[in-house]
Amino acid sequence: MSAPPAAQTSRAPGAAFILKKALISAFVALVLFSLMIGVRTEAGPQGQLIYWTRFGDLAAMVAAVFGGSIIVELLRQWWGPVGTVRIVPPSVQTTLAVARRGIAPVLLVFTFLVPVLFYDERYILDLAILVLTYVMLGWGLNVVVGLAGLLDLGYVAFYAVGAYSYALLATNFGLSFWICLPLAGILAAFWGVLLGFPVLRLRGDYLAIVTLAFGEIIRLVLINWQTLTGGPNGVTGIPRPTLFGIPLTPADDGLAALLGIEFSPTHRIVFLFYIILALALLTNWVTIRLRRLPLGRAWEALREDEVACRALGINTTTTKLTAFATGAMFGGIAGAFFATRQGFISPESFTFHESALVLAIVVLGGMGSQLGVALAALAMIGGFELFRGLDQYRMLVFGMAMVLLMIWRPRGLIGHRAPTVFLKSNQAISSDLVKEGHG
Amino acid sequence: MSASSNTPLLAIRSLRAAYGKIEALKGVDLDISAGEIVALIGANGAGKSTLMMTIFGRPRARAGRIEFDGQDITGVPTHEIARLRIAQSPEGRRIFPRMSVAENLQMGADATDSSEADRASGLERVFALFPRLKERMTQRGGTLSGGEQQMLAIGRALMSRPRLLMLDEPSLGLAPLIARQIFDAIRTLNRQDGLTVLIVEQNANHALKLAHRGYVMVNGLITLSGTGSELLQRPEIRAAYLEGGRRE
Repeated sequence: MSAPPAAQTSRAPGAAFILKKALISAFVALVLFSLMIGVRTEAGPQGQLIYWTRFGDLAAMVAAVFGGSIIVELLRQWWGPVGTVRIVPPSVQTTLAVARRGIAPVLLVFTFLVPVLFYDERYILDLAILVLTYVMLGWGLNVVVGLAGLLDLGYVAFYAVGAYSYALLATNFGLSFWICLPLAGILAAFWGVLLGFPVLRLRGDYLAIVTLAFGEIIRLVLINWQTLTGGPNGVTGIPRPTLFGIPLTPADDGLAALLGIEFSPTHRIVFLFYIILALALLTNWVTIRLRRLPLGRAWEALREDEVACRALGINTTTTKLTAFATGAMFGGIAGAFFATRQGFISPESFTFHESALVLAIVVLGGMGSQLGVALAALAMIGGFELFRGLDQYRMLVFGMAMVLLMIWRPRGLIGHRAPTVFLKSNQAISSDLVKEGHG
Repeated sequence: MSASSNTPLLAIRSLRAAYGKIEALKGVDLDISAGEIVALIGANGAGKSTLMMTIFGRPRARAGRIEFDGQDITGVPTHEIARLRIAQSPEGRRIFPRMSVAENLQMGADATDSSEADRASGLERVFALFPRLKERMTQRGGTLSGGEQQMLAIGRALMSRPRLLMLDEPSLGLAPLIARQIFDAIRTLNRQDGLTVLIVEQNANHALKLAHRGYVMVNGLITLSGTGSELLQRPEIRAAYLEGGRRE
């Protein structure tokens, strides 16, 4: 280490300091170990207490602590101040930058190839569909929480509205999946606006409580409005999606028969996989486009400072309502997909746990970062499956991993925010340079 | 510059506003002519900021009338007032900390549907006034110094090409040298572009030296008005706002 020599001498503690520190450490070790190592107890044959002393071992331990303390101090002096400045070689920095830029396309290509690579592994395909559903939900909630900064704990309500919209429209009126998909989005957006109006003046904790209640209201209505929703029994026999009207069934007019290939149930799974992938990418594309428009910028400005927004003459009412509506619309579309994939839905699928999970994905991913949300969804849903072998310790390990992640990266996996207005040069600024607590 | 000869750009008549039951403005009359710098001074809690915010539509006026360029804007929503090209730089700067300087400036232009050409000329104007902001363009707002943040807040307000610029305590929390730079910039804007400015300040000395005319506010009422130099000579002003406060 090439620390300036002046700093070295002024900081270096003298021999007296080192000795004092070593003596204190040795004393603490003596007190601690005198009973732990110095005295050994055991139960005798008749249950009486047998004990014997091991002062030799105790002395060795205390001496080791004393010597170790001196060595650590000397090493610290020789090494110079540690942890104040981290010097990353430029070569490592450029490699990291390339890796960061490359990760999104690599991930995207890999995702496209998943059905090809794992065609025979139904479990992985199902898991991939689940992950993509949560990626889409995460991207949808990201608009509300990540961009507009409106803490929404009832996002599952829109997921439920979308799912039930499709399920009821399809089973009652025989409408096809592709017609219901935009309808589910529109209905969910409508409910998003409906939730938005009463909470226009609320922020932070108060907003969170109202949205939480909203999610519960929707779930309770679904349980209790038996004539419409079937109550706790849910809706069964939800039709599967078709490819331009061609069903993916073993029947004579099915896709396999038309193409003259042998029918396999995996065809439908792969089809579902590409539907959710397309829907998720649509969500991503719309969000990225919106971020570059005045509306998207207004969302982000609203997250930063609502008073400043008003001072600039931004209509905060429409800004909030559009954020709620956009987020809800994507939630509703994901819900419709969920319904068609499951073929059966009931209120049990739309508990607060789902809202919390999606919110955790957004927060862990780094509020507002599209790539971060996708990675977090993969880590949360995939990781949860990964720990399946740990049985009852699964939640414990998982919770610990989340805590560690938030300590390690308090702004989420991708805390860095790409600017959307470019004037001359485009230069990203690391979130590390910005003080915490303003986001 | 004579204020009485032409019709004022902004005319306020017996304006009242309140927060709940607490009356903050108790019948305020104030005129600003085009091309004028008007300073509004007064102690803490006199209602200066409230007056500025009421002009901007929030809180709403309880009674009285606000006219901008002959048009009644009492009770008009804030975002529509901004469309009339009244701009405000709020107290405490309130820039967007996680957004870049360029994005902060863009936010100022967004609310008034300005064209690409307007945006470019607006940027030119802001950078000519505050060259520091040009250097800091890609930096995040939160990483700027206090003075730079104030420059950004004023620049952001200028991006909407305002006809009336309202500044709330632009010297708040700034070192005297930086505060002087900010005041110089306001003077430049007024002299070169004929920009009309309403400035709310606690720093009465600076503000009155800068302004063509000044109003003194006490407990929600205008108690004194006159040209900046007139007010600076008044013994009661000197006693209340200058000798007790900061000396030059």
